[in-house]
Amino acid sequence: MDIIAKRKLWFIISGVLLVIGIVAILTQGLNLGIDFTGGTIMQFSFDEQVPNSEIREILSDSGITKDSVVQQTENNGVQFKTAKLSQDQVVNIQNKIEEKYPSAEMLRTAAVGPTIGQELKANAIKALIIAAIAIVIYISVRFEFRFAMAAILALLHDVFIVLGAFAILGREINSPFVAALLTIVGYSINDTIVIFDRIREKMHYSKRDTFEGLTNQALLDTLPRSINTSATTLLPILAILFLGGTTIQTFMVALLIGMLSGTYSSIFVASPILVEWNERKEIKI
Amino acid sequence: MTWKQKRVLKLASIVVLLLVAAYFLYPLNESINLGLDLQGGTHVVLEAQDTAKTKVNNEAMQRVKSVIKRRVNGMGLTEPVIQLQGERRIIVELPGIENPNEAIQTIGRTAQLKFKNEADEVLMTGDKVKDAESGFDSKFNRPIVVMELTSEGQSKFAEITRNNVGRRVGIYLDNELLTNPQVQEEINRSKARITGFESIQEAQNIALQIRSGALPVPVEVIENRTVGPILGEISINKSVKAGIIGLILIVIFMTLTYRLPGVLAAIALAFYSIIVLGVLSGLNATLTLPGIAGLILSIGMAVDANVIIFERIKYEYQQGKTLKASVESGFQRAFHTILDSNVTTLITVLVLAYFGTGTIKGFAITLGIGILTSMFTAIIVTRMLLNTALDTNLLQKNSLLGWSRR
Repeated sequence: MDIIAKRKLWFIISGVLLVIGIVAILTQGLNLGIDFTGGTIMQFSFDEQVPNSEIREILSDSGITKDSVVQQTENNGVQFKTAKLSQDQVVNIQNKIEEKYPSAEMLRTAAVGPTIGQELKANAIKALIIAAIAIVIYISVRFEFRFAMAAILALLHDVFIVLGAFAILGREINSPFVAALLTIVGYSINDTIVIFDRIREKMHYSKRDTFEGLTNQALLDTLPRSINTSATTLLPILAILFLGGTTIQTFMVALLIGMLSGTYSSIFVASPILVEWNERKEIKI
Repeated sequence: MTWKQKRVLKLASIVVLLLVAAYFLYPLNESINLGLDLQGGTHVVLEAQDTAKTKVNNEAMQRVKSVIKRRVNGMGLTEPVIQLQGERRIIVELPGIENPNEAIQTIGRTAQLKFKNEADEVLMTGDKVKDAESGFDSKFNRPIVVMELTSEGQSKFAEITRNNVGRRVGIYLDNELLTNPQVQEEINRSKARITGFESIQEAQNIALQIRSGALPVPVEVIENRTVGPILGEISINKSVKAGIIGLILIVIFMTLTYRLPGVLAAIALAFYSIIVLGVLSGLNATLTLPGIAGLILSIGMAVDANVIIFERIKYEYQQGKTLKASVESGFQRAFHTILDSNVTTLITVLVLAYFGTGTIKGFAITLGIGILTSMFTAIIVTRMLLNTALDTNLLQKNSLLGWSRR
């Protein structure tokens, strides 16, 4: 099997996926949650099903008419999202709901001011950039600069695939999503490094081979590990995704997509880029 | 040291580590702090606002903190957290609070403590009062409130009491009359005594309200995250169940793929679970919902270390080395791979722990602890188990070995 020889194909596949994702981000936009935009979410559970219209009525009685979204959640739950409410408004609404429905149980309330959201966004981007720089430095020291660049490109690939998938799915992006994204960054790099480590080793031991040939052999040698590790990481992720409840679903969906993309990119993106980089450099010389 | 002594030493150190972990973990339901998202509770961020009279500064924030602390302490919660963040913010965490929204209103109220004469003129404000406590007077055993004044307050209060002997000086909180004592004589001491309460409960209540006093600057709730106790319980049950199923699936997968070494990896995984929970407990870390996710994820990574090692041993074995030599060089080669791949993950974990707040930080810390522990169990524990299996010749049987020569 020659993975490297078919690298044009992998570049095309990744390119198409990235274009679809970026188009979705640009046209549909990202569904930013209140963690980023600011706003209030309240979730209640009831013994019986309470229609959205009744909740909307209570909201408009409290003077909240525009920009509110009411949704049904699991087990007779209702969740609504509004612009940021004051503490008095929150208490007022909760009292009204508890008065009207004696079985009402407040599951959660989250009210985030717009400045907090802005800070979170800025911090998330800052964290991603700093993590990327730190990783480039570490890989450049332990390997070579071109390895670092190939790894970072593969990582950007994964980040955009996940963002694109969330734009297409219309799923909400909240602060656990940022944690998921950074975990993906770690996972993707981890996966890439295991392969690069084998390439580095082969560069020491089999000097007769071409770079392309030894990279391909390294990919094949580490393939069982790549598959088995994906499987063992996938198992808990799937378990939490299906059994872990709605609160961490967004987090797990992001991890699932990111992990699949991370496994793909370390084999079919990072290593081919490394070979391509190497060849272009050789042609120049 | 002979290799046998070395092995005994290693075995002993692992056993000691397990015992220490077990010590921290006992009893399990009390040993690990649960985050607000798991046990239910409220996380509030308050931001102080400038007023025309007072600008927010460090001194004002310290006072805001101490006033809020007193208000929170009056709620009788276990382990509430009150901490300053940045220049004008204060974080308040109220675990297991029953009426969170009312509590937030109480905390953020800019109550103003005022002392007024009978003509309803304000004589003094609450910033001159340092402290207030209830008790019994030694002579008549009546309930009293003892008010401690600042040095400025002492001279001011002396002046007030001098001018109002025989009249009443009312103490108001939020323009609501708390108590309306009659001045018996001039008080020029740092401590003033108020009598005339019907019960010690009343005295306690008044003392608490005087103590809580006023915030020097108004505060606004800019973030409020409240999780009801029911949701927290649902989350714990579900994620624990998911974690156990995930773990079982991994054990099945490893056993089918790697046979006896796979079983050894599963045993190492059990070691891993105990040690990680022990470290979490020992560090007094707080387990949040994303933290559990981080933990389950790190299990995946712990297994990965074993996969890397086993695949490497298999590779060495297929190159024609003896089993013992394959295990030896497999571990050596795999060590570099595991180190490099985990350091890069640790880098992102560090960035997360530094920039993240709240739940994200919790996630990063548990994932970080998980990664470090997984390196230990994969490199030390699995290796010891595998060497032991080699000695007992169990591994020589092809049916127990997950790999063969091509």
